[in-house]
Amino acid sequence: MATLTQAAPTDEDRRSHEMGMHQEQLSGRTQQVFFDIDLNEPHHGFSLPDSFDVDFNKRGEIDASNMEAMQVNARIREMMKEGYGTIVLKNPAAKHSMAVGILNRLNLIIEGSLGYFGCGLIDGPNVRISGRVGWSCGENMMSGTILIEKNAGSQFGAAIRGGDLVCKGDVGSRTGIDMKGGNIIVGGDTGSFTGFMMQRGRMVICGNAGKNLGDSMYDGTIFLGGEPRSLGVDAVWADMTDLDRDWLEKKLTKYDVMPKGGIGSFRKIVAGKQLWNYDNLEPTEKKLVL
Amino acid sequence: MCGIAGVIHRGKAVGVGQEMTAMLQSLKHRGPDSTGFAVYGVSKPDEYVMRLKLAEAEDFDTDYNILDKIRDRQALVDNRLAELGAKTIEVEQPTPYAFRYRLQFSGDTKQLATDLEHIDGGEVLSFGHSLELIKDLGDATVVSEQYGLDDFRGTHGIGHTRMATESDVDIRSAHPYWAYPYNDISVVHNGQITNYWIMRREMERLGHRFMSNCDSELLAVYTANNLEQGATLEDSLKSSIKEIDGVFTYLVATNKELGMAKDTMAAKPMVLYESDDIVALASEEVAIRAIVPREIDTSDPYDEEVRVWQR
Repeated sequence: MATLTQAAPTDEDRRSHEMGMHQEQLSGRTQQVFFDIDLNEPHHGFSLPDSFDVDFNKRGEIDASNMEAMQVNARIREMMKEGYGTIVLKNPAAKHSMAVGILNRLNLIIEGSLGYFGCGLIDGPNVRISGRVGWSCGENMMSGTILIEKNAGSQFGAAIRGGDLVCKGDVGSRTGIDMKGGNIIVGGDTGSFTGFMMQRGRMVICGNAGKNLGDSMYDGTIFLGGEPRSLGVDAVWADMTDLDRDWLEKKLTKYDVMPKGGIGSFRKIVAGKQLWNYDNLEPTEKKLVL
Repeated sequence: MCGIAGVIHRGKAVGVGQEMTAMLQSLKHRGPDSTGFAVYGVSKPDEYVMRLKLAEAEDFDTDYNILDKIRDRQALVDNRLAELGAKTIEVEQPTPYAFRYRLQFSGDTKQLATDLEHIDGGEVLSFGHSLELIKDLGDATVVSEQYGLDDFRGTHGIGHTRMATESDVDIRSAHPYWAYPYNDISVVHNGQITNYWIMRREMERLGHRFMSNCDSELLAVYTANNLEQGATLEDSLKSSIKEIDGVFTYLVATNKELGMAKDTMAAKPMVLYESDDIVALASEEVAIRAIVPREIDTSDPYDEEVRVWQR
């Protein structure tokens, strides 16, 4: 089981705390760094016990037309074992639970759309999806990147802990629910209850957000380019800093989702942290919070 | 969990029975208990199609005399139709308990449906110029084959695969529901309605009838009540979001339109595909891919979203 260790604060810690973020390292099977302004991310510990040594120049294909999701996932694993570092998945046809549980470095190119629970529980791969994804894409993602060219369904990036999860189109409701780290970047709009009970990490919404944005968030940061239908309980506006703007510039440029209004259109939302001690509040104080 | 699906073609009739079968079969994992179809054929203004059942499938397990009873009940149906001045053009009996009548009738259709439902075991599943409502136990392929849906041509349809949660596994609790007594209106629903009993009592006080204890039937009755008050389909869908509590995504079809509404929590899924020729929507994209087998652009309607499409 992973244990939480706290090292002495560094400059990086100081900067992340200035942005309202925290840095933690989990010692255990997976190591996570939640914040790195310079994007010079250290080696993420991909030498997992059951990971494979793959060659990114060795490229193979899988045609999922007549395959079940379990067969596709097993085939991806077999190919990684054979050293394939780049795999093209053709004809996914919106089937559910594909490309899940990949704990390896890998370039995975998905030509088409995924159904529910696509790319869940991944730790390490870079995934590019030319189509759309259904509900719960990237759920519990630990590290790596997922880049989706079209839209995404609800529960996008639920409980993710690390990596970059990017959708260039619109996403559904409860985006980033319970996220514990990593970055969720949305090129378009998001639905209601985006960032619900968010704990850590950062979310960028280039368009508008539905009602109750950031409801009951514990921590973390939401950057919003458009307008929210409403803010959720205990979500509050905060001042943008230069560090915020630098980070947004780098990320949005990297993934080519910079909105027309540029970085200047973004505002920041953080936890008011009034609910943290909710149970200790007097009844009259509870009313003030809610 | 349940799965719902709908499709509407703009300006042409196609094999919509086959399409709905393919869509619902791909949603079987969301609800294997029963499957239902509300398909809309080419409308004949001078002719009605009525689908009714005169027993439950389970009656065959418990009543050795059920076939005789059904025969007697059908005779009563024929008598009452004749008494009310309805002219029967054709009768089909796809299963021992399900009937399809083609009729000519110029009287009060509500009275006709009410009279037939007074017959023991009788339930009018649908009545209209183009709607045919078919529902039975089993998956989409089984029901479709049983009722010969592969040959059904029409402009649009909605359907449902049911995982029974709050009421029995039987035909009366299966979807779709006809918006009795309105011709050609049907409803399918995915979700749970939490103010069902309050709303049901309110509807009953207004004189509406319920045939089951399934919460989804409320949406059909609620829609019928709104239309009776002169509301449009879109008005009815919008008001339902404010008046119905719970989590729901539901579809309503009339002889010309297909509409959808999603509740305020957006807790039940819906994926939408729109093109110039066709609109298809379903709980999961795999159902849409069953009839549009190529890469397509789809989207999720948001919370409180209401949409209506014309055929």
